[in-house]
Amino acid sequence: MTPEVGHFALALALAMALVQSVLPILGATRGNVLWMQSARWSALGQVGFVGIAFAALMQAFVTSDFTVTNVFENSHSLKPMLFKIAGTWGSHEGSLLLWVFILTVFGAAVSVFGSNIPDALKARTLSVQAWISVGFLTFMLFTSNPFDRLYPPPPNGQDLNPLLQDVGLAMHPPLLYFGYVGFSIVFSFAVAALLEGRVDAAWARWVRPWTLAAWMSLTAGIALGSWWAYYELGWGGWWFWDPVENVSFMPWLMGTALLHSAIVTEKRGAFKSWTILLAILTFSLSLLGTFIVRSGLLTSVHAFAVDPERGLYILGLLALSIGGSLALFSWRAPMMEPGGLFKPVSREAGLLVNNLILATATGVVLFGTLYPLFYEAITGGEKLSVGPPFFNAAFIPMMLPLVFVMGLGPYLSWKRADLAGVLQRLRFVAVLSVLATLAVWYLTQGGPVLGYLAIMIAVWLLLATVREWMMRVRLFEVSFAESTRRVKSLPRAAHGMSLAHAGLAVAMLGFTGSSVWKSEEIVFVTPGEAVTIAGFNVTFEGADRVRGANYFADRANLTVRRDGEILTQLYPERRTYPVAGSNTTESAIRSTLAGDLYASIAEPASKEVGASGAWTLRILYEPLVNFIWIGSAMLVLGGGLSLSDRRLRVGVPRRRIALSLSKVPAE
Amino acid sequence: MKRALAFLPLLIALIVGGFFLWGLNPDRDPNAIPSVLIAKPVPEFELEPIGGLDTPGLSRENLSGNSAPVIVNVFASWCVPCRAEHVVLSRLVEKEGLTLFGINYKDKPEDAVRWLTELGNPYDRIGSDLSGRAGIEWGLSGVPETFIVGPEGMVLFRYVGPIIGDEAVGNFRDALIASGALQGKQG
Repeated sequence: MTPEVGHFALALALAMALVQSVLPILGATRGNVLWMQSARWSALGQVGFVGIAFAALMQAFVTSDFTVTNVFENSHSLKPMLFKIAGTWGSHEGSLLLWVFILTVFGAAVSVFGSNIPDALKARTLSVQAWISVGFLTFMLFTSNPFDRLYPPPPNGQDLNPLLQDVGLAMHPPLLYFGYVGFSIVFSFAVAALLEGRVDAAWARWVRPWTLAAWMSLTAGIALGSWWAYYELGWGGWWFWDPVENVSFMPWLMGTALLHSAIVTEKRGAFKSWTILLAILTFSLSLLGTFIVRSGLLTSVHAFAVDPERGLYILGLLALSIGGSLALFSWRAPMMEPGGLFKPVSREAGLLVNNLILATATGVVLFGTLYPLFYEAITGGEKLSVGPPFFNAAFIPMMLPLVFVMGLGPYLSWKRADLAGVLQRLRFVAVLSVLATLAVWYLTQGGPVLGYLAIMIAVWLLLATVREWMMRVRLFEVSFAESTRRVKSLPRAAHGMSLAHAGLAVAMLGFTGSSVWKSEEIVFVTPGEAVTIAGFNVTFEGADRVRGANYFADRANLTVRRDGEILTQLYPERRTYPVAGSNTTESAIRSTLAGDLYASIAEPASKEVGASGAWTLRILYEPLVNFIWIGSAMLVLGGGLSLSDRRLRVGVPRRRIALSLSKVPAE
Repeated sequence: MKRALAFLPLLIALIVGGFFLWGLNPDRDPNAIPSVLIAKPVPEFELEPIGGLDTPGLSRENLSGNSAPVIVNVFASWCVPCRAEHVVLSRLVEKEGLTLFGINYKDKPEDAVRWLTELGNPYDRIGSDLSGRAGIEWGLSGVPETFIVGPEGMVLFRYVGPIIGDEAVGNFRDALIASGALQGKQG
């Protein structure tokens, strides 16, 4: 019966959303406080009912209720419990339910914690949020009901794709969605502001914590997905410019631009319509991601099952929400009065450069992602694919100047900055970056110029950021006790900015090191044979068969030596899941800060060859690759520090901070 | 001017949306890779034999006037899946008496010779495509790739990727049967 309860709860949530999409906004126009305040209860009601539906679906997965089609198709009674639970959001229907659940969580959070937001703005925002709810709840109820029953019930399920049976990936969609959908509330704020026709510093201050929370989750979600691809897919890469990766990356780029332009709107009252546009576009790109993954529009390794009817429905939703909000923008934006003026060298100008580059980069990624579709439509059916060469050639050269300016930005003062003075202060940083690059050049003995340039700029950003932080707390200039006091009194947003900027520098060292100076060997080995790579000697001792919970695996035994000394044993596996009838690669990694030695085993070339004990091994050495994950963690923590700043906390009490990032120490 | 600028995002969104609408056409399969060569004569190419090997080279002339359809397999010694596929192809030649031609793609002659000496040489003719020029003519998307060419020199079938595993071998056998290279019962 629980599935029916869940289905019914969805219908009730839709009813609530319908009321919320009309009543509060009417109240705001007419000045009816009671109508405006109704949003609080309908928002809570929505999250409650969608929560019930989500719990009902999870219960069906946990108890392996195969009378529910969705459970039958995406679970199996032999699956470990954690992955049964994760199966709840593993399918199109379930992930949509999670999507809507997070949407309503954000709506409810604004209604509960946004006590200082003016009633009218809050009412309008919540109504706009409810429009999105209505769209997606109807989509779910009419085309993708997660609670559809199956009769007669089959004896067992069809398993979840074993590739997806991984802790990292189980957590990846919730984080990613928290980011994607978190931007919905920023979008609703933007549309509400357009409806009111007023954007001011206060608006930007209310919007920033929500943007920050969504951005942090998206960062963590993307990093986790990339980490999963790195150690699970067995290709040794961490980013493939696949359409599905790109659609999560575009909202991140736009969201990053939004974070920064909102600062200008808050502090200087400038960039108003631009900030609004970014808020709309960031969420539009999130919607686009949801659409592309589910419509079968583009070829991708990890899209959901294709159904043109669903695609058409989401396209309709997209047309309404994106088209509607952009039409509203084109009507209202010219009426906004321009804000503070600034000189070409100033912090505003620095942030403008940041925004222009990020927006252009997003445009490039969008164009590259959709180009195959454009091309096919224009030529009438001819196909092509756009791969990493395009993205690397177009995207990376744009990022280098951005990161260079990032190093300068925090030194620039508002309105008018003294560039000569700033450069004067940074001369040691510049010299050190060049020296560091020379050191890298000496160590690597060869590589593309772009690689060295990237290293130099990453070091530049890292040192400039550290130096700026040291200046602020006057480290080594005043007594240590005084510096400590300054560390404490410095706003957390400033610490957060430094940490996040340094994090990007660290991640960039990782991106560069692991892609430019990667070594790779693919070899065909019989027991006793050895491979030499990046100073390591890897000996293949043999392979044997092992059993796991719901799979069996061929496991290779590798001995890693350096200078004749045994460092470690590696056991890469190739798993076969008999129920799902598919295989996965479990790579084995010797991980150090300097780099990862990465081994994976492919299927035996043929049954005949396998019997004689010959296997295909893939060994990679990826220098500095762990810097990527460390840097990503710093980005997320920096965002968290910033979010915990007292200034932003006005709109967001401590409870919400604990919710979005438990790692931030309480004051 | 400002007003016109404010319309720009909407305009772009509408154009992109139009493409999406087109893309949702249910008859469209984004995963299908059409082969330009199917039902067309094989392209113009002429390849020297691999230096140091007795097997003759391969050119367009060798692909027409055969008594039965032939298989053209593009391979390289640096291509790991090719090793696996080699077993399958050798068996087809051995058991079914099919004619197999090879294009050795961007491979050093000495590596190719060593590879063929180690694994055996089932190919009647091998052209050495050192520059990759013939690969372009054939519209290669990767190595290995295998074509079935009819007696008149028409490309009948193209298989992208290694023919390994039951499913792939089954599909390839079906294509051989359909082209008349194999009798249905034998498969």
